[in-house]
Amino acid sequence: MTDLTDLTIAEAREGLEKKDFSAMELTDAYLSVIDGASALNAYVTTVPEKAREMAAVSDKKLAAGEGGDLEGIPLGIKDLFGTEGVYTQACSHILDGFKPRYESTVTANLWADGAVMLGKLNMDEFAMGSSNETSYYGPVLNPWRANGSDAALVPGGSSGGSAAAVAAHLCAGATATDTGGSIRQPAALTGTVGIKPTYGRCSRWGVVAFASSLDQAGPIARTVKDAAMMLKSMASVDLKDTTSVDRPVPDYAAAIGRPVKGLKIGIPKEYRVDGMALEIETLWQQGIDWLKAEGAEIVDISLPHTHYALPAYYIVAPAEASSNLARYDGVRFGLCVPGDDIIDMYEKTRAVGFGAEVKRRVMIGTYVLSAGYYDAYYLKAQKVRTLIRCDFDLAFEAGVDAILTPTTPDAAFEPGAITDPVSMYLNDIFTVTVNMAGLPGISIPAGLDGKGLPLGLQLIGKPFGEETLFQVGQVIENAAGGFQPEKWWA
Amino acid sequence: MSVDTATVKRVARLARIAVTYAEAEKMKGELNAILGFVEQLDKVDVSGVEPMTSAVETTMRKRVDEVTDGDRAEDVVANAPMSEDNFFMVPKMVE
Repeated sequence: MTDLTDLTIAEAREGLEKKDFSAMELTDAYLSVIDGASALNAYVTTVPEKAREMAAVSDKKLAAGEGGDLEGIPLGIKDLFGTEGVYTQACSHILDGFKPRYESTVTANLWADGAVMLGKLNMDEFAMGSSNETSYYGPVLNPWRANGSDAALVPGGSSGGSAAAVAAHLCAGATATDTGGSIRQPAALTGTVGIKPTYGRCSRWGVVAFASSLDQAGPIARTVKDAAMMLKSMASVDLKDTTSVDRPVPDYAAAIGRPVKGLKIGIPKEYRVDGMALEIETLWQQGIDWLKAEGAEIVDISLPHTHYALPAYYIVAPAEASSNLARYDGVRFGLCVPGDDIIDMYEKTRAVGFGAEVKRRVMIGTYVLSAGYYDAYYLKAQKVRTLIRCDFDLAFEAGVDAILTPTTPDAAFEPGAITDPVSMYLNDIFTVTVNMAGLPGISIPAGLDGKGLPLGLQLIGKPFGEETLFQVGQVIENAAGGFQPEKWWA
Repeated sequence: MSVDTATVKRVARLARIAVTYAEAEKMKGELNAILGFVEQLDKVDVSGVEPMTSAVETTMRKRVDEVTDGDRAEDVVANAPMSEDNFFMVPKMVE
């Protein structure tokens, strides 16, 4: 029998239905490889007992022919999702020991469809980072290494644990979240598929908030089809989230295999930035050629405000974060550092509990929202956001079905290689526009660079155009083939 | 616009984060680098542009004004560092 952990979600579902193996065997196979992969530091918590209980329930349902869409599929959950009775610490010291008494809507949807929880995945603290180096629980290592090198590489961030766990087959698929690129950038750096759906598609209820007008949950998976299967389960209409959009969830996997002949794919000239690796440029052209060969029509488009998305993001996201993170006061949950009085206690708790990057963003956010600066910063950034969205609206109104870009300006880098915050922010230069406009975006592994490291291409869709992204994404996946790292960590 | 150390200390106070003078000095450089980066927005003409307030055009869903949850005091304080009789405990505020 092949190694059960090497099966995709779609393959594992087939095997479970045919009784080739049980949900318990599949879950045990994952628990055993997770144990042997501590070098990657992808998981911060594992829940073997809970996983086996859930697998036992799945086996009963499968035996009765009542299995859900993800029945028996073992998943990893980003530490940002509230999971009842299971540590949910957003990989921050300030949420020490936090075990929610509730379940996030997204994870509740997955369990309702039969998925099995393996544990919680490492991430940048409060999802603030692009390399998974800001986690209180230590950095995650990328399962990928350059040819002939044993130097460690970052998996990207903030969903670095999710991406590394999927790439290393430590779960069949993982949940992730994306505020400025936190699903797509790590997916690109680990050779996995990651989709950030349209804002409002997945409920934010029960997910630790970073920047509420930008945060969206989505899956990281090994294949386009697996990502489609997971998103169908994660997405829902949720009365508990007022920004959840009242729209039926389509069967995303059904869009896969539809021909792309005649679809208009836009190529934005503003994404050709200075200092972009030549290999990224070549890969982009390769993607264009693949889609052209399948009959898609390639059109040049202009998104003139692209350049301003990242600076506007670094006003909007910290501003919203400073407001959201005000709740960590040492009174209601997590860490508490005693002080002389209550203010002293707040200040000490937050000084000890937040890491350097989180403090920086809370400080920037507090500053731009402080008296006299609101109009110059936050209001201006929100106006720039309107202009960014208008750029996309014009392209879509002109008949473009999806937009093809690189996901990142380069491949994975070494831990400690980027120490300057602004340089780190530039990792999100191609992904952040999508969050600012509220659009869906998917990253698909499209090739390896000269050092043998994965690179991704991004497809950006119309609002609620996820089906088109899966449809076109599959064409890229078919042409590029899959990519797997060598198992050096086991 | 750039900030000086006194401003960093003031903002830290607003953000309720204790910072030493040395930390404030270090943060000053980092915050100014970020503020310098976002200054690019000065080049954008936003006259007549409405601020984006929602990523997706939608009217906020409203529900009937009625109690839908409650009687979960134990759950609410379950994660509190200090609690007594389902109340959060904080240091004495009034002498």
